[in-house]
Amino acid sequence: MSTTFLLFQLMNGITFAALLFLLASGFTLIFGLMRVVSLTHGAFYLVGGYVGLTVIRLTGNFFIGLIVAAIVIGLLGILIERGLLRFVRGETLPQVLLTIGLAFIMGDASLVIWGGDPVSIPPPEFLRGSITVGPLTYPRYRFFVVFVGVLVAAILWVLQAKTRLGAIIRAGVDDIEMVDALGINIKLVFSGVFLVGAALAGLTGVMGGPFLSLYPGADSEILLFGLVVVIIGGLGSLEGAIVGSLVVGLLDTFGKALFPELSYFTIFGPMAIMLALRPRGLFGRI
Amino acid sequence: MTSQRFKLVGLLVLLAFAIGVPQITTSFYVNLVMEIMIFGILAMSIDILAGYCGLTPLGHAGIFGIASYVVGYLITKTTVPLYFTVPLGILASTLVAALFATIAIRTSGVYFLMVTLAEGMIVWGVAYRWASVTGAENGIRGIARPEMVSQYWQYYYVVLVVFIIIAAMMYRLVNSPFGLTLKGIRESESRMRTLGYNVTLHKFIGFTATGFFAGVGGVLYAMYNGFISPSTVEFAKSAEGLLMTIVGGTGTLFGGVIGAAVIILTRNIVSLYTSRWPIIMGTIFVVTILFARKGLLGGVRSLFDRMTQTQPRKPQPKEVKPEAAETINKRTSSQ
Amino acid sequence: MMKKFWIVLVVGLVLTACAAPAATPTPTSAPPTPAAVSSSSSSAPAAATGSIKIGVMAPQTGTLAASGKDMLDGWNLYWNQKGTTIAGRKIEVFIEDDAGNPDTALSKARLLVEQRGVDMLVGNLAANTGLAVAEYAKGNGVPYFIPVIAADDLTQRSRIPNVVRLAGWTSSQTTHPLGEYAAKQGYKTVVTLAQDYAFGHENVGGFVRTFTENGGKVLAQLWNPIGTPDFSSYLAQIQNYNPDVVFVEETGADCGRFVKAWNEFGLKGKIALLGNETLVDQSLLRGMGPEAEGVLSVGKFAEGRNAPETANFVAEYDKAYKLLPSYYAVNMYAAAQLLAAAIEKSGGNVSDRAAFIKTAKSIDLSNTPLGPIKTDEYGNPILNVYLRKVEKRSDGRLWNVVVQTWPNVSQFWTYKPEDYLKNPVYSRDYQPGFTK
Repeated sequence: MSTTFLLFQLMNGITFAALLFLLASGFTLIFGLMRVVSLTHGAFYLVGGYVGLTVIRLTGNFFIGLIVAAIVIGLLGILIERGLLRFVRGETLPQVLLTIGLAFIMGDASLVIWGGDPVSIPPPEFLRGSITVGPLTYPRYRFFVVFVGVLVAAILWVLQAKTRLGAIIRAGVDDIEMVDALGINIKLVFSGVFLVGAALAGLTGVMGGPFLSLYPGADSEILLFGLVVVIIGGLGSLEGAIVGSLVVGLLDTFGKALFPELSYFTIFGPMAIMLALRPRGLFGRI
Repeated sequence: MTSQRFKLVGLLVLLAFAIGVPQITTSFYVNLVMEIMIFGILAMSIDILAGYCGLTPLGHAGIFGIASYVVGYLITKTTVPLYFTVPLGILASTLVAALFATIAIRTSGVYFLMVTLAEGMIVWGVAYRWASVTGAENGIRGIARPEMVSQYWQYYYVVLVVFIIIAAMMYRLVNSPFGLTLKGIRESESRMRTLGYNVTLHKFIGFTATGFFAGVGGVLYAMYNGFISPSTVEFAKSAEGLLMTIVGGTGTLFGGVIGAAVIILTRNIVSLYTSRWPIIMGTIFVVTILFARKGLLGGVRSLFDRMTQTQPRKPQPKEVKPEAAETINKRTSSQ
Repeated sequence: MMKKFWIVLVVGLVLTACAAPAATPTPTSAPPTPAAVSSSSSSAPAAATGSIKIGVMAPQTGTLAASGKDMLDGWNLYWNQKGTTIAGRKIEVFIEDDAGNPDTALSKARLLVEQRGVDMLVGNLAANTGLAVAEYAKGNGVPYFIPVIAADDLTQRSRIPNVVRLAGWTSSQTTHPLGEYAAKQGYKTVVTLAQDYAFGHENVGGFVRTFTENGGKVLAQLWNPIGTPDFSSYLAQIQNYNPDVVFVEETGADCGRFVKAWNEFGLKGKIALLGNETLVDQSLLRGMGPEAEGVLSVGKFAEGRNAPETANFVAEYDKAYKLLPSYYAVNMYAAAQLLAAAIEKSGGNVSDRAAFIKTAKSIDLSNTPLGPIKTDEYGNPILNVYLRKVEKRSDGRLWNVVVQTWPNVSQFWTYKPEDYLKNPVYSRDYQPGFTK
């Protein structure tokens, strides 16, 4: 087992972690504030990827696809939040069940619209091929994924820690009634958070498209990874999403390489242990 | 009493119909009714948790399927006689449910949902990866029924009898003092704790009992289909089981059977016109949650109550309670 | 209330016990023993003068939906071309969605046979759906034709008389020749990478058996779970072993991800790559880019094969569906061809199931898009296997062209069937020639 091999696996783990973080951050944000476990998040990811692909095919520009997908899925998120979830606000279980139903519908509808052949998104020209850094030859696009992951983490952290909106959200996580009583339009904040969370999932779909590809069932596969991330990291916590993504990304890659026989349990084993010892995850407060 | 007599007549008519099914229709519909009863057992066991304990599980297909796997493995790969395999299958489901319960009951609400979802996924993972025992994605085939019930209509009566016994057991459970305590915990956990009830133990027993019931359903299913594969224990099946419970009405017990009938019949009818079943199932989910939260049986009940009496239904359980307890005492003493 | 409930229960039990023996099985039920295959002609549902009913199952929802659509397109193309009347009888087709799920497949098979009264079942895609339906067919003797499902043992160790692969294949049928070819190319060492399930194990098993019998050495076998999001860790291991050649089996979305990663990580051109049939099947090649060009693979179908029967089929399929045909499509098309010939030969009499199965197995066609096909006594086709290379067509689309042909390949390759069947079926634990 050479150093190159280890370095290579480390990069693979970090790339996957970056992608998982993009998805899980929105998921955890929505939960933290609204107590909604949005199981539509996998479907947001898939539909976002398809929308992005369609736009990229039309315009030939990867970044336009990325932005349009984020906007479209963000709006779809608002539509769901305003149009459906609003009627079951405050009732955790009906909300989850509603999102399960929507996930079924969106998954099957995208099969009807985009067909079922696996498709992959062409990355932008300047991100194709690989870069050699020291002993390591690694695809450029994957460096880009890590870059975006870190960028989004930084933006979310600044938003949460340094802005008034962030203060409202942090307060909302701790005591929603108090925030409401202070005269803040909490409904607007809800919609805004749902928009951001959904948009992030749509964006992740386009980001993952070039190396994970899009196909029916990709929604539940990625959702499962996302769920493990937030269970390990703790629902509602940004730090939890970062740490959880790294844990899952690295466990998955190294697990496959070192214990191929157990490739499935390298993810679910630690999760089960976590559930037994600390049901609310590493950073879960609520 | 009129309402009870009404129910009794209704039950008798249903029973007569159920007995007559193989004589009046084709094997296809007999199989459908069997499927409804088997998944009805699963949906009712989910209801004991969701409707009576206030804990909504999303991994019960896993517990259901464990019994199917154990029975399937023992029948096809060993010479263990049937009167051992069936109890062993049910026991396996019960024990796994007990194990899962120790983790899951420490949580509540949406956490419980996610923990049980993860537990269901672990069962699926084991079914998928432990190839030497489970046959991986191809599953276990050739789970033969005993010779005397090999015909579909013979097996139908087996399923019917087991279904009636299990339904009666569940009915007795939820109306027993134990079941009423569960309801009390659902309403206010802290109050019950203050009153001196061991809340954790009650939840644990409740969860484990559903494992037993689901296991019976799993055994019936393994022999009904003659095979078992990971698709029986996957997430979609757990979600479908929960949907059956909700469509029928949570907290109504028998609503689960109605929910199972609605879902299974709808799936078979729509297959004539469209293959877009996931969209239809998702729509049923959304519509039920938005417009018929009480479910079909729950809706009918409250409608029935509104028509027959002016006061709300609430006080009724108090009447039932002593009677139910008394009946149980009588039965245990007469045995 | 409780007391009455128990009375009802007891009455019910008694009634039930009395009613059971009196119940008579309805005409559509069939005895459960396999022996019924020969004697079930009397209970056949269709009259000799009515239409012949064929039940077709393919996944139309779920992850396999796209390949399922290809299956139906191939099937429909044949009947659209040749019409639906054979030997004076109308062919009536009932199509059902198996969702790629064995539970659903089984209930759809029941629906088709017991409710629609079909004379035969055709189709299914995923091995587990086929195995579930085969088990059902074994119980009631209905002829069941499987053009796509490749699970070896269905026509080998656990074959069922009424389950026949028309225009189908076993998983290891195409990889036996490939292993020998690789050894004869001078490759000394191989690393295999395949999906960790029966199809993968059997594909690889065929390859390593003939590769090692011809002097090759297996350095390592890697198994990836179906739906591997990221192949990079496997590629890192392959680089570590640095073999002469890599044999890869993948299906579905894993194919595109593998081929892409193979290119991205700079292994293309460095290490020789040989793929199985599904790796670069047209169903997946459609979604791939220039990274797939030049990939060598083995298969029983090559859409770029230079022969009139293949070229015509490809052109007509392209005209009808604006796509090049995948192996799912061609297998169903060829199955329809063989089935039509069998119905013709039997004079439209399909009600004697045993006789019809015998007729179906006796059909020998030279003009299918796959090449010549006949069926062996075990119910599996003997057909051409091609070494294929991905090339760009003049219209810019990718397709597989023939590099080399092995004619008349049997599922037992050059081994004697009796000897071959003494070995267990290829599995993760039985990979002849490889010791961990």
